[in-house]
Amino acid sequence: MDLNFTEQELAFREEVRRFLDEKLPAEIADKVIAGRELTKSDMERWHAILNARGWLASTWPVDFGGPGWGPVERHIFEEEACRAGAPRVLPFGLHMLAHVLMKFGTKEQQDHYLPRILEGTDWWCQGYSEPGAGSDLASLRTTAVRGGDAYLVNGQKTWTTLGQHANRIFCLVRTKKDGKPQEGISFLLVDLDSPGIEMRPIRLIEGGHEVNEVFFTDVRVPAENLVGDENQGWTIAKYLLTHERTNIAGIGFSVQAFEQVKALARTVKRGGKRLIDDPLYAARLARVEAELEALKITNLRMLSNAQKNGQPGLESSMLKIKGTVIRQALNDLARRALGPAAGPFPAEALAGNLEIAPPEHARAAARYFNNRKISIFGGSNEIQRNILSKSMLEL
Amino acid sequence: MDFETSDDRRMLADTLARFLAEACPPEKRATLAYAAPFHDHEAWSGLAGLGVLMAFIPEAEGGLGGRGFDVMTVFEQIGRALSPEPVLPALMAARLLLAARGDVDGLMSGEVRLAVAIGEPDAPWDLSDIATRAERNADRWTLTGRKSVVYGGNDADRLLVAARTGEGLSLFDVSPENAGVIGYGMIDGGGAAEVILDATPATLLIENAEDALNDALDHGRLALCAEALGAMDHVQALTLDYLKTRQQFGRPIGKNQALQHRMVDLMTEIEQARSITILAASRMAEGDRARSVAMAKHLVGRVATLVAEEAIQMHGGIAMTWEHPVSHYAKRLVMIDHQLGDTDFHLSRLMEDLRA
Repeated sequence: MDLNFTEQELAFREEVRRFLDEKLPAEIADKVIAGRELTKSDMERWHAILNARGWLASTWPVDFGGPGWGPVERHIFEEEACRAGAPRVLPFGLHMLAHVLMKFGTKEQQDHYLPRILEGTDWWCQGYSEPGAGSDLASLRTTAVRGGDAYLVNGQKTWTTLGQHANRIFCLVRTKKDGKPQEGISFLLVDLDSPGIEMRPIRLIEGGHEVNEVFFTDVRVPAENLVGDENQGWTIAKYLLTHERTNIAGIGFSVQAFEQVKALARTVKRGGKRLIDDPLYAARLARVEAELEALKITNLRMLSNAQKNGQPGLESSMLKIKGTVIRQALNDLARRALGPAAGPFPAEALAGNLEIAPPEHARAAARYFNNRKISIFGGSNEIQRNILSKSMLEL
Repeated sequence: MDFETSDDRRMLADTLARFLAEACPPEKRATLAYAAPFHDHEAWSGLAGLGVLMAFIPEAEGGLGGRGFDVMTVFEQIGRALSPEPVLPALMAARLLLAARGDVDGLMSGEVRLAVAIGEPDAPWDLSDIATRAERNADRWTLTGRKSVVYGGNDADRLLVAARTGEGLSLFDVSPENAGVIGYGMIDGGGAAEVILDATPATLLIENAEDALNDALDHGRLALCAEALGAMDHVQALTLDYLKTRQQFGRPIGKNQALQHRMVDLMTEIEQARSITILAASRMAEGDRARSVAMAKHLVGRVATLVAEEAIQMHGGIAMTWEHPVSHYAKRLVMIDHQLGDTDFHLSRLMEDLRA
C-alpha cells in the first residue's frame, strides 16, 4: 500500500503545471472558472496549443502519434488542467472516433482522418441518440440504404453536442431491419455539408445552445465512409463505450467546484454571520467533502488497476454514478449559497455590471440546471446500475 | 502508487482469517459472545500466539508493525469473522503505552489484557468534557469519577484511565480490584463495564496525555472503520447470495430491478467506505491524521448503518432471527457508529475544519 505518486509521476506533474502556467491563455481560463460559454475559436485555440506540445491526443498510443500516457499520467494531466481552468478537450473526434478508426478503420481512413482530427481541420460530432432511442440505443431508426457506391440516409439524430460548430458527424444507422435490432446497425461517417442535412438548435433548460437535432433527408453518403463491416456498428459502439470512460468521475471539476463553494460560503453573510458558520449549510458541505475525498481514492484505486490490466474495468460505472452525484451536489450548494442572487439571468446580470452575485458565481444557477444532464448522458446512472448489476454482481 | 497489500500483511490476514473461521464460527459466536466473559480466553491466547497484537507495535519497540495499514489488516479480519475478542482496547492501550514509553511485552503476548477508560456518561466521545478527577497526596494519586461503557473492561487485568488534574488531562494505570467494575454484555456481542472510581489509587503514566489520548482514539477509530469494512464485505456477499437463491413469484428475487439497483448502491457505498479508510490508514503518522480519520469515521458510520438496514430488508424476515448470521453482523455494524464518535460527531469535526 502506497498512496504516493512515484518520483517520475511527480516530475510529470511539475512539467504539466509549468506548461499550463506558460501556455494556457488567461482569458480562456477565466471563462472556464466562471462557467461562461467558450467560443468555437477558444476551443480551437486550446486544442492547437495542446497539439503543438503533443498532448492533445492524450488517449492515443504512440504508434498513432499520441504521447503514450498511461491512466495515471492522464489522470495527473486532467487534474492539473482542471485546477488551472483549462477547457475540457472535446472528446468526439479525439477520444471517440479516433479510437474507432484505429481499431476498425481502413488504412486509408486512418491516414485521411486522424491527422485532420489532430490539426483541427475536422470538428466531429456524435450521431447516436434519436428521439425514440436514448438509453435503448439499439432501437434507433435512422436508415441507410445501399445503392451502388453510396448509402441514402434518412432519419433524425438528437442531443448532438456542439454540432453547430462541426463539419462532420459519425452516426449509427440502421442497415438491416430484420433480425435482432443490434445486428442491423452500421457506423457511418457523414459530411455535414451534404445536401439534405438540416441542423436545428435545441435550447436547454438554462437557456444555452449546446445541443442540436440533425435531420437527414435522402442524404447521399459514399460507401467508402462506412467504418468496419456493414452491420458491425453495435460492436463498434460497445467498443467505444470503454473509451468514453476517461475522466468519467469528473473529479477535477468537483475539486474545483468544492473550492469555489467553500470560498463562497466563507464570504456570503447570513444573519450577520458567514454562511459557513451556519451548521445546516456547513453539514451539507462537509458531507460532500468526505464523499469527494473518498472518490479521489476510489478513482486512484481503479486507475492503478487499469494501469495493471491495460484497460478500464467495468467498475468505472461506479465512478460515473458517484462522480456525477457529487458534482451535482456541489452545484446545488453553490446555488443555495447565493440565495435570491442566484436568480437573475446570468447574461443580463453580467451585462449590466450589477454585481448582484460575485461575477464568478453569476452562473451558479445556470450551471446547476445545466449539470442535471450529467447523470443522464453517457448512459444514465440507472443504466450504469444495470451494467454493474449484470457485470459485477451477476444478478 | 500501489494499492496492493504487501505479502507480509496478506499472510497475516490469511492466517488470521483461517484462525477466526475455526475459533469463531457463527453458531459458536452466537453463544459465547453473549455470555460472560463475552469472549473466549482460548481464542484470545490463540490470537496473541499468532502475533496479532505484535502488529500494533513498531519493530523498533519489539513488535511487527505499528502502521495504519497493519491496524487495517487485522481489523478487517476481526470484522469479517465478527470476533468479540477485546482487540480494540488492546490496540488503544498499545498506543498509550508506547506514548508512555511503558512495557508492552505483556500486551503483545496476550498475558495482560488491558482496557482503556476514557468515555463518561456525559462525555462519551470527546476529551474536553471529561469530569473524572485525579488528586495527588504526596506521591500517591487517587481518581474519582465514573467511566462508562469501557470496552473489554469486564475482563481486563489493567485499566488505563484518563482523568483531569489541575493542569489538564493525564493518563493513569488502575488495577480493576481497586475500582468498582461492573461488567455486562453488549447487544452486538462482546463485553464492557462501568468503572466506578472513588478515591481509587492510581499510577501516573502520562502527565500531559491529551495528544496520546487523541492518538489512541484515532487509532481506535481507524480500527472500527476497518472492522466495519470486513463486516460489510461479508454481509454484502451473504446478501448477494440470498438475492440469487431466494425464489419468489417463480424466480430469484435478485431479478427485480428495484433490488438490483439497491445492491449496486450498497456495493458503491462500500467501495467509497474502503477508499476513505485506506486514506485514513495512510495518514496515521501525518499532520492531517485527525481530519482523515474524522472523514473516515463519518462516512463509514453512515454506510455501515445503511448496509445493516438494507441487508436486513433484502433478506426479508429471516435476518430478523437470532439464528441467522446477518442479524448479528447488522447489530455490530450499527453499534460501531456508537463507538468513539458517531457519524454526526465526526461531521462536526469536519465542519470546524471548514470554518477555520
